[in-house]
Parts: sequence; structure tokens; C-alpha cells
Amino acid sequence: MDVTWYLVLSAFIFAIGAAGVISRRNPLVVLLCLELMLNAGNLALVAFSRMHGGEAGQVFALIVMVIAACEVVIGLGIIVAMHRNKLPIDIDEMSELRG
Amino acid sequence: MWFEQVLFFVAAAGALAGALGVVLLQNPFYSVLSLVCHLLGLAVLFLLLHAEFLAAAQVVVYAGAVMVLYLFVVAYIGGVDEPLRPEGGGIAFFGPLFAAAVAVELVIAFVSSGLQALDTKGAELGPGFGSPGEIGELLLTRFLLPFEAASFLLLVAAVGAVVLAGRRRGLEDEGTGPMRGRDDPPPTETVEVRV
Repeated sequence: MDVTWYLVLSAFIFAIGAAGVISRRNPLVVLLCLELMLNAGNLALVAFSRMHGGEAGQVFALIVMVIAACEVVIGLGIIVAMHRNKLPIDIDEMSELRG
Repeated sequence: MWFEQVLFFVAAAGALAGALGVVLLQNPFYSVLSLVCHLLGLAVLFLLLHAEFLAAAQVVVYAGAVMVLYLFVVAYIGGVDEPLRPEGGGIAFFGPLFAAAVAVELVIAFVSSGLQALDTKGAELGPGFGSPGEIGELLLTRFLLPFEAASFLLLVAAVGAVVLAGRRRGLEDEGTGPMRGRDDPPPTETVEVRV
């Protein structure tokens, strides 16, 4: 398969994730859609690494997975803190971090 | 090479269906399960791209550990069905439109980039391409600084998660004392936070 196919697929996955981040209101699902976008970036990195025949892209994809894990831990921690403080689990209602 | 093509299209369809499921399913629990399907499809694509170690890490770490964390939080909070089309709102219309624009733009950028190697299967590969040995050697020699930065970042995230999860107890100790029961109404501090 040509590398272009993988890149086009990663573009579609990224767009789907962006649509989810914009239109969903549950912060859990927004985090999942962020994962989708990071994974699309991973796929593009690995495809370019295949194209060049070097493994640097795979190492960067590994680092991106670490970043995604950190983001999940902090995001889920914030959601659990919201739940414990009896705040509504809805990003439209969560405006206290502003300013 | 028809086997590789069939495998690519099956994995790509799985990944795309999983991604659509994450966005379109109302129940967050099903969204998480749909993301697991998406991650497994991506792992197959990584295997097709000769990234064996990354595919294994994707399945074990991502689809295994991280998704279990998600499932625990969804079960703890209680997955609430969310209407996909909120009352009126331009977001429901603007979101898909923005996504379509991004997709078209990215595809145009890829296809018209003029990179000649894009239309090939890629460079000739050595025998151990993508194996754990080569990745590990790169991580410990050329990419030592990003590796250490990532480990430090994981430490910071772990400490941050402990601080976030233990915050309620801190409020209790400062407020009404440590003897307050679990099921008592929340201390007044939380009310002030909301105002």
C-alpha cells in the first residue's frame, strides 16, 4: 500500500476527532476525541517513518503515547474532582477556570 | 500482495468505524469500547507499517491500561446518556462542517505536497526495522533527552493525579475537621467555589 493511503486515513481520523471535541459536551467523550486526534498524528508519524526508512518517527509516536497517557491521567483526575465537588459533568457548565 | 491490501482496508474500516462510534454514540461507556476497537485497528495498521514494537505497546498500554482507566472513571461517575443534538445551537451544525473542512484541507495538503516517495511503498528496510532492540537503542542514545523528559512528565502527571484525587480530604481537614462522615453534606467551601 502506498504511504498516501495511510496519510489520508489519518487525516479523516483527525477530522472526526476534531468534530467530536467541538460538538460533544461530556468531558469524558471530549478526552476520548482528543485521543483520536493524537492517534491520527501517531499514524501519520509512523507512515512517514516507513516512508523515510528511519525509526525516529516511531520514537516520536512512542513519546506522543506518553503525552496522551499524562493527559488522560490529569483529565480524568479533574473529572473525578468535579464529580466529588458535585459539579455537573458538562463542559458548558464548567466555567470557573475562566480568568 | 493482495493480502496486505485486504488487511489494510479491513483495519482502516475498523479504525474509521471506531472513531465514528466514539463521536456518535450517546453513552460514554460505548464510546470507550468503540475507542478500543479503533485502537486495535490502528495497531494492525502499525504492523503493516513495520512498527512491531509500537503495535504491541499500542495494544498493551493503550487499549489495555489506559482504556481500563477510562472504564473505571465512567463506571464511577455513571455514564449519562447525552443528547447528540442539543437544543438548537449552531455547534451541531458547525462541528461536522469544520471537520469536513479540516479533512479536505489535510487531504489536499498530503496529495499535492509533491513528495515523490508518497506514491511508493517506502524506503528499503533493514531486517530489524521497528523491533524493540532498535527502538530501545535509539531511545537511549539519540533520543535520550526526550526519553528522560517523558519520564519526568509521567512523574509530574502521577503527582498531579494524586493531588487532584486527594483534594476533597484536604478540604475536609481544613473545614469541619477529620471526623466528618463520608455521607455528610459537602463542606461550605465547595459552595463558595461555585459562586
